[in-house]
Amino acid sequence: MSETGIGARVKRVEDQRFLTGKGNYTDDINRPNQTYAFILRSPHAHARITSLDASAAQASEGVVAVFTGKDIAAAEVGGLPCGWQIHNKDGSPMAEPPHPMLVADKVRHVGDQVAMVIAETRDQARDAAEKIVVEYETLAAVTATDAAIKDGAPQVHDEAALNTCYDWELGDKAATEEGFAKAAHVVKIDVVNNRIIPNAMEPRVALGDYDRSTGDYTLFTTSQNPHVIRLLMGAFVLQLPEHKLRVVAPDVGGGFGSKIFHYAEEALVTWAAGKLGRPIKWVSDRSEAFVTDAHGRDHRTHAELAIDGDGKFLALRVSTLANMGAYLSTFAPAIPTYLSATLLAGVYTTPAIYSEVRAVFTNTVPVDAVRGAGRPETSYLLERLVDRAAKQTGIDKTELRKRNFIQPEQMPYQTPVALQYDVGDYPAVFEAGLAAADYSGFEGRKAETESRGKLRGVGISTYIEACGIAPSAVAGALGARAGLYESAQVRVHPTGSVTLFTGSHSHGQGHETTFAQVVSDLLGVPFEAVVVSHGDTAKVQFGMGTYGSRSLAVGGAAIYKACEKIIDKATKIAAHILEAAEADIEFKDGNFTVAGTDKSMAFGEVALAAYVPHNFPHETLEPGLDENAFYDPLNFSYPSGCHICEVEVDPDTGVVEVAKFTAVDDIGRVVNPMIVEGQVHGGVVQGIGQALLEGCVYDDEGQLLTGSFMDYAMPRADNVPFFTVAQKSVMGASNPLEVKGVGEVGAIGSPPAIINAVVNALEPLGVEDVTMPATPMTVWQAIQDAQAR
Amino acid sequence: MPTVSMTVNGKSVSADVEPRTLLVQYLREHLSLTGTHVGCDTSQCGACVVHVDGVSVKSCTMLAAQADGAEVVTIEGLDDNGTLHPMQEAFRDNHGLQCGFCTPGMVMSALDLVKNNPSPSEQDVRDWLEGNICRCTGYHNIVKSIQAGAAAMRG
Ligand code: FES
Ligand code: FES
Repeated sequence: MSETGIGARVKRVEDQRFLTGKGNYTDDINRPNQTYAFILRSPHAHARITSLDASAAQASEGVVAVFTGKDIAAAEVGGLPCGWQIHNKDGSPMAEPPHPMLVADKVRHVGDQVAMVIAETRDQARDAAEKIVVEYETLAAVTATDAAIKDGAPQVHDEAALNTCYDWELGDKAATEEGFAKAAHVVKIDVVNNRIIPNAMEPRVALGDYDRSTGDYTLFTTSQNPHVIRLLMGAFVLQLPEHKLRVVAPDVGGGFGSKIFHYAEEALVTWAAGKLGRPIKWVSDRSEAFVTDAHGRDHRTHAELAIDGDGKFLALRVSTLANMGAYLSTFAPAIPTYLSATLLAGVYTTPAIYSEVRAVFTNTVPVDAVRGAGRPETSYLLERLVDRAAKQTGIDKTELRKRNFIQPEQMPYQTPVALQYDVGDYPAVFEAGLAAADYSGFEGRKAETESRGKLRGVGISTYIEACGIAPSAVAGALGARAGLYESAQVRVHPTGSVTLFTGSHSHGQGHETTFAQVVSDLLGVPFEAVVVSHGDTAKVQFGMGTYGSRSLAVGGAAIYKACEKIIDKATKIAAHILEAAEADIEFKDGNFTVAGTDKSMAFGEVALAAYVPHNFPHETLEPGLDENAFYDPLNFSYPSGCHICEVEVDPDTGVVEVAKFTAVDDIGRVVNPMIVEGQVHGGVVQGIGQALLEGCVYDDEGQLLTGSFMDYAMPRADNVPFFTVAQKSVMGASNPLEVKGVGEVGAIGSPPAIINAVVNALEPLGVEDVTMPATPMTVWQAIQDAQAR
Repeated sequence: MPTVSMTVNGKSVSADVEPRTLLVQYLREHLSLTGTHVGCDTSQCGACVVHVDGVSVKSCTMLAAQADGAEVVTIEGLDDNGTLHPMQEAFRDNHGLQCGFCTPGMVMSALDLVKNNPSPSEQDVRDWLEGNICRCTGYHNIVKSIQAGAAAMRG
C-alpha cells in the first residue's frame, strides 16, 4: 500500500480551507444587487387562513416584493414533489396530497410557509413580515400517530381518510402464522422510535439568481444532491429545463439526511429571482430550522417473535405506525417500508416474516430520512426484542444471538423480506465485538461501579443495513420515481494531473480526500495530482448525490469504471506509440509496458501524447483522455456490526453515563481508516443523542416544545466518552471497490446497545423497559414505577 | 448610523452600522470575514466564537458597538500566510473536523482554554466545550486535537 493510496490514513485536503476560515458555505456567497427573503410562517399547527393583508408590509421600508399563497396558486408552478410512491395492501397508490410552496388556504404545521417578503436587507424583510396581518381560524390539531388514525381525529388532508397515507405490507403472512403456531415461546414488545431533529450545524440557506440577458437561473443551496434538486425543482416545480438552471451546493456544513430533500425555500427564491430580476438570499434561523428541516424516525411498533424450544427464531410479525408529518417530503414514504421493513431479518435466520406499515399524516413537520433512515428503527426493534427473548427463554443473550446467526456459508442469503445479502460473517464480527469490548471483563467493572453506589449494565446489539442505494431496477420496482446510479468523469490533463468530477456531494465525509486516494491508486498518479470537483451542476455531468452511505459503494464504483475506461484508452495510445499490440501492454504502478520488454511509457507521457496526437491514426484513435461513467449497482451493500455499550446509572437521580462503547463494523474495504473512524464516532454520538438526550416534544395544540438548543438536548462533549472503534472487514461486496458504506453504521448500531445496557443495569430494580430518550427523568420514573409494582 | 471601529486580526477597521448589528454580522457582512459562523439564535452552539481582547466570546451574543475599540481575533487571524497555527495543525492531524462548520468556533474556544490551562485533561476539555456543539465528529477527535494542540503549544 502506498502512503496515499487505498487503505492509507491520508490527512484531508479540505481541512486547510476549513481551518483557516476560508470555507465557502452558501451563506458566505453574496451576489451583486442581492436582496433578502424572510418567510412568514404559521404559528398554528392547523388552521384555515381566513384573510391575509400584506399592504403594510408592501409599503414597509426597503421592501421589494411580497408573495403569498395566492400568488403561488396563480403562478404556473407545481407543488413540491414526492420521489417515492408506495402502494397499499390492495394495490392502490398512497394518498399524495399537494404540497404548495406557499400555503393559500390551510396551514398544517407550525412553520408552514405562508408568505415571503423580499427586501433590501435581512432586517427590513423581517420587520416587514411582522406587518403582514393574517387571520386564522384555528382547528384542532393531531400530532401523534396513534391519535391520528382514531375516528373523529382532526383531518390533515381531505385526500387522506383517517389521515392514512398508505397501509402497506411485506412478507408471507400465512407462513408467519404457521411459525407462531409451532412456537414454544412468543416474545412481544412495543417500542417507540423517538422523533429526532437532524440539526446539521449549518442552517439551510438558498440564494436564487436570474440573468435577464440569458434567461439562466442559478440556485446556490445547502444540498447533499444538487442534481436531484435541479431535477425536482426544474422539472416538477418551476418547469425550467436543465440547461437553463444551474444548482450549486458549495461547502455544506453537515446534512445527515436533512439536506437531501427539495424544500420550498429553494424553489421560492429561484422563482422570485426570475420575477424580480435580482438575486434573493434566504437564510434559516436555527429556530426556523427546528420547524422546517425534515425530522426523522417517529415510528411506533408492536412486534412478536416466535421461538422454538431450542431458541431458534421461527417467525416475526411486526406492525408499525409511521409519522409522515403534514406533507410528504422527498423520500418519506420509503423510510418505514423499503428502508426499514426489508431489514427485519437482521443477521438472523428467521424463516418467516410479516410486516405491515401504516403511514399517517399529522400536524407536525414532515418526517424523512435522518442518518440511518429506517434502519435504526429496525435494529432498535430487533435487538430490544432479542434481549427480551433472551430473558424470557432463559438463554444467555450472546448464546441466543449465536444460535440464530446466518452463517457465512449460507451466502448469498435470501431473506424472507426481499433482500439478498451478498457477503458477511456475522459470527466473526460478533466475536470480534465481544473481544474488543472485553465483554468477559464486564463483571469486574460492574463490581467496581457498584462499590461507588451506582448500577452498571452492558448492552449488545448487532445490525445489518442495506447501503449502496440502490439498484435502479429494484428501486423502480419498489416505487422510486428516479434511478439511483451515480456518475463520474475522470479528466486527465495534458500534464498528467487529473480532475475527478463526481455526483457524490461531500459535506463532511471527506470525499475530496478519499476519492483522490482511489483515483491516485487506480491510475498510479500522485495523490497531489488529483483534484475532486463536486456540487455544481454546471461542472459535474450528473449525480444522484450523497445519502444512504452510497458515496463510495455507488459513486466510488462509477469512479472505478471511469478509471478503467481511462486505462483502456491510455493502453491504446501507449500501444500505438510503442508500436506494440494492445494486448501486449501491461499497466502497473502508473506505467504502460510492452510485456517482456523494457519499452515503457509513464502515465504522464501517455497523457501528453493524448493531447499532442501528431501521428494518431484518426480513424481508430481519438485524441484526448477524458472518460465518463455511470454505475448502477448490482445489489445493495450490506455493512454489519456489533456494538457493545456499558452504562453507569445513578439510581437516585436516573442519570445515565455511557461508560464504555465499542463498535466493531464490517464495512468491507477501507479506503481511509482515519475518515472511517471519524464517521463511526459521529454516528455513534448521534445514536447516543437519540437514545439518551434527543426527543421531539409537541404539545396538544401542535406547538413544538423542543424548538431550540435550549430545549432540545444535543449531545455535547461532556455527554460522551472516547470510543473503541474497529473494523472486521469481510471482502466480496457486490461492487468493484468491495466497499460497503460507513456513514450510518454508528447511528444504526448504537441506540439498541445503549438502551439494552440501561435496561440491563436496571434489571435488579425490576425495570423491564426504558423508552428513548432515556433522560434522567425517564429513568428515574421507570425505577419508581418498578418499585411501586 | 453609529461608526464602530476596532482592530480585527491586527488591522484597524471601521464601519457605519445600525445599532442592532451583532459583532458576528459586523465581521461577516461588513468585513467579509466569513470564517466565523452562525449556527443558532440562542447563544448555544459556539460556531461564532472569536477572541475579544484576548478572551473567547460568542460573537452572536455581543453587539458590534460593544466591541468598539477592542482587539478582535477571528479564525482568519491565526495562520501565518497559510502556515497553520499549532492548534489548527492539531485539528488536521487528528481529524478534528468533518464538515468544518463548528471548527472555527472550536479552535478559537480551544485556544482560550489552553491559554489558562496549558495541559488540559480529557475532562477539562470536555467540560470547557460545553458551549460548542459539533454534530459531525462525536467530539472524540476534537478532544484529541485540543490535547495534541496544547502539547504542541507547550513545545
Ligand atoms: S451562533 Fe450559536 S452561539 Fe453564536
Ligand atoms: S465538523 Fe461538522 S459540525 Fe463539527
